[in-house]
Amino acid sequence: MKRVFPREEHCVACHLCEVFCRVQHSQSKDIIKAHKRESPAPLAGIKVEEKGALSFALNCRHCEEPYCVYACLTGAMRQDPQTGVVTVDATRCVGCWTCILACPYGAIVRDEANHRVHKCDLCPGLSEPACVANCPNGALVYREKAHA
Amino acid sequence: MLKYVVVGNSAGGIAAVEAIRSRDKEGTLALVSDEPYPAYSRPLISKYLAGETTQAGMAYRSPDFYDGNAVETHLGKKAVRLDLEGRKLQLAGGAELSWEKLLLATGGTPIVPRMEGLDKTGVYTFTTLDDARKLEEGLEPCGRVVVIGGGLIGMSVTEALVKRGVQVTVVELLDRVLATLLDLEASRAVEVVLRRKGVEVLTGQTVQTILGSPEGQDRVGGVLLKDGREVPCCAVIVAVGVSPRLDLVKGTTIATNRGIIVDRHMATNVPGIYACGDVAEGYDFTTGGNRVVPVWPSAYLGGRVAGYNMAGGSVTYPGAAPMNAFNYFGMAIVCAGLINPPAGGGYQVLVSGSAEEGSYKKLVLKDGKLAGILFFGDIERSGILFGLMREGLQVSGLGEDLFFPKLMHLPEDLRVGRIEEPGWRLAATRS
Ligand SMILES: Cc1cc2nc3c(=O)[nH]c(=O)nc-3n(C[C@H](O)[C@H](O)[C@H](O)COP(=O)(O)OP(=O)(O)OC[C@H]3O[C@@H](n4cnc5c(N)ncnc54)[C@H](O)[C@@H]3O)c2cc1C
Repeated sequence: MKRVFPREEHCVACHLCEVFCRVQHSQSKDIIKAHKRESPAPLAGIKVEEKGALSFALNCRHCEEPYCVYACLTGAMRQDPQTGVVTVDATRCVGCWTCILACPYGAIVRDEANHRVHKCDLCPGLSEPACVANCPNGALVYREKAHA
Repeated sequence: MLKYVVVGNSAGGIAAVEAIRSRDKEGTLALVSDEPYPAYSRPLISKYLAGETTQAGMAYRSPDFYDGNAVETHLGKKAVRLDLEGRKLQLAGGAELSWEKLLLATGGTPIVPRMEGLDKTGVYTFTTLDDARKLEEGLEPCGRVVVIGGGLIGMSVTEALVKRGVQVTVVELLDRVLATLLDLEASRAVEVVLRRKGVEVLTGQTVQTILGSPEGQDRVGGVLLKDGREVPCCAVIVAVGVSPRLDLVKGTTIATNRGIIVDRHMATNVPGIYACGDVAEGYDFTTGGNRVVPVWPSAYLGGRVAGYNMAGGSVTYPGAAPMNAFNYFGMAIVCAGLINPPAGGGYQVLVSGSAEEGSYKKLVLKDGKLAGILFFGDIERSGILFGLMREGLQVSGLGEDLFFPKLMHLPEDLRVGRIEEPGWRLAATRS
């Protein structure tokens, strides 16, 4: 399956990936409304890590053996048997935070307003996730693993 | 003869079914449970009691799970006897299942310490959906409930009762609540919040006698504490923990200690028989030895490994660790591994912040590796540290950066490698 891969050497930490991730996962799909008016505010499933000149954006790796899915107390976190995409069923997540402790990438965040967690879903319905499509530097690529 | 028989319809049993079916779509598979329901999330019984979810909302898998995986279910049937020589499992009512591969995922049974008055109406345990239902009925009407035990289960039921508007007194033998999971600082912060919610927290106390009520000596009317004090109440919930449910293996040659002893394949000493979850004593990577680690993630993981191996794979259990995440009364807490290291054990303890002020982080290191993690308040990205702990990587060079976990802090080769190749996996060793 394809995943989103960061290219450290191209990332300038502009955070547009986070911005467009939020927009894509907002009610309005409008950049201004999503960031200024929506309540609860939409969350990003990707996060830029930076330190000095080094930066890269990281989202869920959609692990083949997803520890978050195994750790989930309610069955809300699941891996699609066909596509391998790991998503959280918002109606079944109770916000116990066990997956946050389980994820070795720190890729799951608390959605406190809705008492549940939030993570990357690889933007179902789009040919390319919003973070990748809107990265001005080609610092995110949507591709298969190098050694699949 | 069935190819596979799984006893237990919870985290461990379901994980095994899923793993077996990922390798073997055809082999006959039966699953037995003395609970009559499709698998449900056991930890959610507190949300059920609080009125925040329904039985349907607690379903661990979709309604078509059993049919979809060709599982012959025996729900509401207790397995009563295990015949190792004949490879047969006898169910209450007389039915017999013969198996080629057997998984014991029988979980835990509530520990009920001896005390006078346990036989009165109004004494409950809290580990099953039926327990939650009985308790719900018993609370109508009830002014105060005494919860014996300030551990995980005691806290879960206390939160549910508070949400229902019931007065609660928690009686804890040790000097603080969640004493085996948190450190003093975090426990105290939890107690502050409990008291603010109106919960009476009595530590260093035990219930000596469960007293009768004026309306009838066979009904709970209060408890008598060790120090002679009496607390009037109409229900007592015994929530001091669970112990491995070993009734089936008693008297057999299956090796047990506190739990059923399993190797890194989740196999017992008897060929063809596996165990996992709260009943099993499996590898714990934090101690390097075997231990019962009664948490949901380790039950699932162990069940998955067992299932792969029952279906002919050769998968090694990466090991469990005590790990818990809480959200009691909105307090976000995660903890894993060793939180209260013994003095003089060569441990290094790093601390930042204050639980009282809302954010507190504690890390326990040994020989430069993580041995324990406790995050209170700001729990974001704590999983990165848990991953480093599981892999036994050297982290001493990271210093204060450990309080703000990022993949970026790892050396380049480690970082790039694990981003490319979603790291943690059992599949690598799958045959
Ligand atoms: C109130 C509460 C809150 C909890 N909160 C958390 C939490 O926040 N995080 C966490 O990680 N863990 C939590 N736990 C612990 C968690 O639920 C257990 O670790 C987990 O359920 C263990 O799974 P298991 O498959 O080993 O066994 P269990 O869930 O105990 O299931 C055992 C199964 O075996 C069946 N069985 C046993 N013996 C027989 C027999 N002889 N015949 C037929 N069937 C039999 C039972 O019917 C049941 O289906 C909590 C537990 C409770 C009670």
